[in-house]
Amino acid sequence: MSQVLHSPPPATTGTEPRTDTPTETPAQLAARYGLSVSGARPTLRDYVRQLWARRHFITAFATAKLTAQYSQAKLGQVWQVANPLLNAAVYYLIFGLLMGTKKGVPDYVPFLVTGVFVWTFTQSSIMAGTRAISGSLGLVRALHFPRASLPLSYCLQQLQQLLFSMAALVVILLAFRVPVAASWLLVVPTLALQFVFNAGVAMVMARIGAKTPDISQLMPFVLRTWMYASGVMFSMDRILADRNLPAFVHVLLECNPAAVYIDLMRFALIDSFHRDQLPTHVWAIAAGWALLAGVGGFIYFWKAEETYGRG
Amino acid sequence: MADTDTIPTSNILSTTSTIPTTSTTSTIPTVVADGVDIVYRVNGTGAGRGSATAALNRILRRKKTEQAAGVRKVHAVRNVSFTAYRGEAIGLIGTNGSGKSTLLKAVAGLLPVENGRIFTDGQPSLLGVNAALMNDLTGERNVHLGGLAMGMSREQVKERYQDIVDFSGINEKGDFITLPMRTYSSGMAARLRFSIAAAKDHDVLLIDEALATGDRTFQKRSEARIRELRKHAGTVFLVSHNNKSIRDTCDRVLWLERGELRMDGATDDVLKEYEKFTGGKK
Repeated sequence: MSQVLHSPPPATTGTEPRTDTPTETPAQLAARYGLSVSGARPTLRDYVRQLWARRHFITAFATAKLTAQYSQAKLGQVWQVANPLLNAAVYYLIFGLLMGTKKGVPDYVPFLVTGVFVWTFTQSSIMAGTRAISGSLGLVRALHFPRASLPLSYCLQQLQQLLFSMAALVVILLAFRVPVAASWLLVVPTLALQFVFNAGVAMVMARIGAKTPDISQLMPFVLRTWMYASGVMFSMDRILADRNLPAFVHVLLECNPAAVYIDLMRFALIDSFHRDQLPTHVWAIAAGWALLAGVGGFIYFWKAEETYGRG
Repeated sequence: MADTDTIPTSNILSTTSTIPTTSTTSTIPTVVADGVDIVYRVNGTGAGRGSATAALNRILRRKKTEQAAGVRKVHAVRNVSFTAYRGEAIGLIGTNGSGKSTLLKAVAGLLPVENGRIFTDGQPSLLGVNAALMNDLTGERNVHLGGLAMGMSREQVKERYQDIVDFSGINEKGDFITLPMRTYSSGMAARLRFSIAAAKDHDVLLIDEALATGDRTFQKRSEARIRELRKHAGTVFLVSHNNKSIRDTCDRVLWLERGELRMDGATDDVLKEYEKFTGGKK
């Protein structure tokens, strides 16, 4: 584009430059006063410390997002519970009644609803994680905070959402006469491990989604495939029983983290879901996935910290 | 906006030239920019380049054909050097598209520099808390959220809450702070945003045309607040097209034109030249 205004020759101000030492370069001056390079990535330890300092922001942001979600609806926060229930009702209609998957699965409704709720937690955490950076560019470009706050906050929002769903689930369990048992306490460690796993995957997806926003178009398909392979609305054992599949496929499906967390939750809550339906070393697998995704995802996300929101 | 690959060979201005005008100005540097170049890369420009095949082509052969596949480079800031000192209020002026906001973003560490480096004391913050605020939440909750987003602790937010609300003047016409922000007029929302952002003591505060918001009373109040922020040993950068507000708040002005630093000096000197350049007083 051509220049419109005719520029007069640049004029210098008549004053002498106020350098502290005339020969000092800007870098030396900066070093002498302990200035740091703007926009550099902090060390991993500093990063964790900064993140901890922002913990109140992370929780406040999650709660704010959750409340803002239905604030324009007439029924308001009722939708927090109604939404997952309607979701479960649709699956019950299709898989329970039309396709008859409920045959041979005792307590099918609690089985299904638990599966749907637990899966939705992982699914929406990953989806939210994918858009955590690319969807909050305004925030990333305006304010300084450890960017991992965003995917973590989105996952926390999903956890809060799940707690609403769990309250509805308890009502359903009692309505279907599932006995209250001590094993219900296992919900807490299961949720904790699943949260760490979700957050880790969300951070990985957040970095990928920040660089390539197109990935959020692809994720629904990946997630749907994953859902059907995780036995959300049917018993995988029953489906695979009469198939002659290679052994490694069985192992793979057994170690599928989503399936592990779903089955652990069923084992914790539903009386008729027995220990022998779980893979061996189930807690080790659940913890292993959480550790791998949590630590790996965090480091992977941190590695690109200084690049988020740019370009 | 210029589509170029030329880099200016000489920089006529000395790297550090400032006018110590006020007694609050010290000799402790807070921001040092050393030969800063900023280049934007824009995808999908050029005629017929928006088609799916062109996009695919761009992904597959990214390295070689950056130019051919419609990635354009925009050289927004060229070889800018300056040193800002504690207690200074620096105005950034220049015609539209001259790179003022871009430079500010780079000082804040939100944009990467192509060449050169920017050193800062502490974390410069852009006065732009609005991105953290949510229209569906009440003003009250937004004050909390915005404060936390800027890195204040919960106690600090609680402590300054009343000051923020009073400063914004949102409650002057009734109890609006407990209403969702979507019900605010644009002026009211802008006042609340400025009040939240200005509540924190920033080491280096960067303001991008924020003073143009609100009515005259509020503009006066914001200018006073900026002077106060300066007193707390910070450095303030202000981008504005309003020469009067630059004159009222700043004692030093950087004039950017087409990405280059044309002039760096005392407010009156630079503004005089700038007004001559743009044709008459505003």
